[in-house]
Amino acid sequence: MAIFLTESNRILVQGITGSEGTKHTRRMVAAGTRIVGGTNPKKAGQTVDDGAGGQIPVYATVKETVEATGADVSVVFVPPVGTKAAVLEAVDAGVSLIVVITEGVPVADAATFFQYARNAGTSRIIGPNCPGLISPGKSNAGIIPGDIATGGRIGLVSKSGTLTYQMMYELRDIGFSTGVGIGGDPIIGTTHIDCLEAFEKDPGTDAIIMIGEIGGDAEERAADYIAAHVRKPVVGYVAGFTAPEGKTMGHAGAIVSGSAGTAQAKKEALEAAGVRVGRTPSETARLMREIMSKG
Amino acid sequence: MDLFEYQARDLFAQHDVPVLPAEVAATPEEARAAAERIGGRVIVKAQVQTGGRGKAGGVTLAETPDEAEAHARAILGMDINGHTVHKVMVAKAGEIEQEFYVSFLLDRAQRSYLSMASVEGGMEIEQLAVERPEALARVRVDALEGCDLDKAREIAVAGGFPAHLVEQVAAVLVRLWEVLVEEDATLVEVNPLVLTPEGTILDLDGKVTLDDNSRYRHPAHDALGGDRQGDPLELRAKELHLNYVKLDGEVGIIGNGAGLVMSTLDVVAGAGKEFGGIRPANFLDIGGGASAQVMANGLEIVVGDPSVRSVLVNVFGGITSCDAVANGIVQAVEMLAARGEAITKPLVCRLDGNNAAEGRRILDEAEHDLIELVDTMDDAARRVAELAASAK
Repeated sequence: MAIFLTESNRILVQGITGSEGTKHTRRMVAAGTRIVGGTNPKKAGQTVDDGAGGQIPVYATVKETVEATGADVSVVFVPPVGTKAAVLEAVDAGVSLIVVITEGVPVADAATFFQYARNAGTSRIIGPNCPGLISPGKSNAGIIPGDIATGGRIGLVSKSGTLTYQMMYELRDIGFSTGVGIGGDPIIGTTHIDCLEAFEKDPGTDAIIMIGEIGGDAEERAADYIAAHVRKPVVGYVAGFTAPEGKTMGHAGAIVSGSAGTAQAKKEALEAAGVRVGRTPSETARLMREIMSKG
Repeated sequence: MDLFEYQARDLFAQHDVPVLPAEVAATPEEARAAAERIGGRVIVKAQVQTGGRGKAGGVTLAETPDEAEAHARAILGMDINGHTVHKVMVAKAGEIEQEFYVSFLLDRAQRSYLSMASVEGGMEIEQLAVERPEALARVRVDALEGCDLDKAREIAVAGGFPAHLVEQVAAVLVRLWEVLVEEDATLVEVNPLVLTPEGTILDLDGKVTLDDNSRYRHPAHDALGGDRQGDPLELRAKELHLNYVKLDGEVGIIGNGAGLVMSTLDVVAGAGKEFGGIRPANFLDIGGGASAQVMANGLEIVVGDPSVRSVLVNVFGGITSCDAVANGIVQAVEMLAARGEAITKPLVCRLDGNNAAEGRRILDEAEHDLIELVDTMDDAARRVAELAASAK
C-alpha cells in the first residue's frame, strides 16, 4: 500500500510542453508512472514523446484531459505567473490530487488556491515548491529521482527535497511505502500532520520518518498530533540548528506561531511526543534501521 | 523583504492610510531641510529593522530645524542592536490621546490570513499576547473573501474599540488590507495606531513585510531593496544569483538544496566542537542544476571569504547525477585558476546519490592536491573541521 498515490492513478502534467515539464514527464514514465496526458492551450492536438517509445497527447484544458483520459492526478510545472490559474483549473476539473512543483509561487496565490480547493472539498494539493511524492515501484508524481529507493514499509514526509532524497537513499534497501515532499513555502496544501494521519492509517506503512526545518510551527503542531494520534514509531530530523536567526519578521508573526520556530524548539517538541530525533541525517537513518530490524 | 518604517509609511500614504507628514534623510543637513519643510515640532527616528531604538536614543523630539539637525547628527551612524543607522525619518510630531494595535498577516498554521487588534497598544505586543491574551483579538480573514467594511467592523469590535471609533478604525483596516493585497505583503502591522486629541485615527509606526515571490509583479518594489545593507560577499553572491548567507565560522559550505545545506551547517558545527569550536562560515545553496559555472561562482564567493580555512562541498545527486557534479567541481577549480584566483584552501567533497561512484572516480582521477573525497556526510564534516582547525 501507499498514501495519496498508487499504480492505479492516472496522471496528467500541466505545463508538459515546457522544458522542465517534458524532462520530468519522461523521468516519471521511466519510473513506471501512468502519464495519460498533458495540457497547453496553445499546443492542443500535439503529442509529447514520453522517452519510452510512446506519445502523450496534449489537450487545451484540464477538463478535456480528464474527460478524454480519466486523469485523477495533476503534476503542475506551470511557471509562477500562471500557477494559480492552473491549480484553480485542476480543482474545477475535479482532479483529486494536485502536485504543484513550481518554485516561487506568490504566497497570496498559494493562499488563494488552497482556500479554493478547501471550499471545493474534492482536491488535495501538495506543494507548491515541492519535489512531489513517490510510491516506489508504483508511481512517481513529481521530480523525486525514480530509482532512489525500492518499495517498502517506511513512510516519509519532509519539507526539504534534498533531505528527502538523502534519507530515502540511505534507507533504499529497506524501502518506502511513500515519500512525500510537502515543500517549505509558508502556505502548503498538505502538511506534516496530513501525511502522519495517512501513514498511520496505511496498512502498508510500519514506521514514519518526519523531516522538518526551522521556521513556522508545523513541527510543533505535528508533535502534538503524534502524541495524540500516532501509534506507529516515528523518527524525526530537524535541519537548521546553526542557521542564523531569520530576518526580523514583524512582531505579529512570532505571536501566531507561539514559538520562535527554532530547530531546538522543534526537536524538543518532537522528543516530548516520543519521537526519536537524529542529530544528523545518517543518525536518523540508523534510528529507523533499528526500528525496522526489530520488525 | 522587511521594509523600513519610512518605506512602510510611504506605502500606507499611497493607499490613503492616514499618516503624518514625514521625510527620510540620510544626512543631518537633509534632516534640517525636512524639518523646515514639515514645520513645527518634529520627531527624528532612526531607521533600523530592530526593536528597542527608543531606549537606545534613536527616537528624539526636535523643537526646531536646528535641533532636528543636531539629533540626526547624533543618531546617524549609531549602532542599535548591531544595526547601523544610515537614515532617519523626520516626522511631524503629533499629539497622542490613546494608542492601539492592528495588523493583518499570513497565518501559516490556518493557511489563511489573520487580523489582530487591540485597544491596548503602546506596549510590546508580544508581552500583551502573553500576559493578557484576551485583550488581543484574533480574527480569521479568508483568502478569497478578504476584508470588506463589515469584516473590518467585526475586527474593530473584537479588538475592543469603543463604538464611536469603530467606523474610523474599520475604514483604516480596509485600507491596510488593500495594502496587503495590492502590494503582496505577508504582514501589515500598525503599532501604534493612535487617536489624536482632535479625534482622528493615525498610523504612527508601521511594519510591512513583502512577499519575495511576488516581486515579478511589483517592479516598483525593486527600488525598496536599494537600502538594504549587507556583507560585501552577500552582495556579490546576489549579483551571481547565488543563495548565500555569510556566517561567522571558518568552514565554507557549498551544497544543493536548502534543507541539505542547513543540515550540513549543523553537522559541521557538531563535528567542529571536537576541534575547539570550528563553525560554518556560510550557507550556500547552489540548487539542483549545479553546473560547472554555478559551482565556480560558488567557490569564488566561499574562498573569497578571508575567514574560510577549509571548504566542504556536500552534494546529493538526485536529478543532477554525481558525475556531472564532479565534472563541475573539477572545471570550477580550473576556471578559478584560469581567472588567476586559484584556490589555496582544502576542499573536502562528499558526493552521494545518483551515480556517486562515477563522480568519485572523476574527482580521484583529477588528482588535485587540495581536493579530498570523503564518503559520508558525518565523516566529511569531521574532516573539514579538522582541516580548518589545523590551518589556524
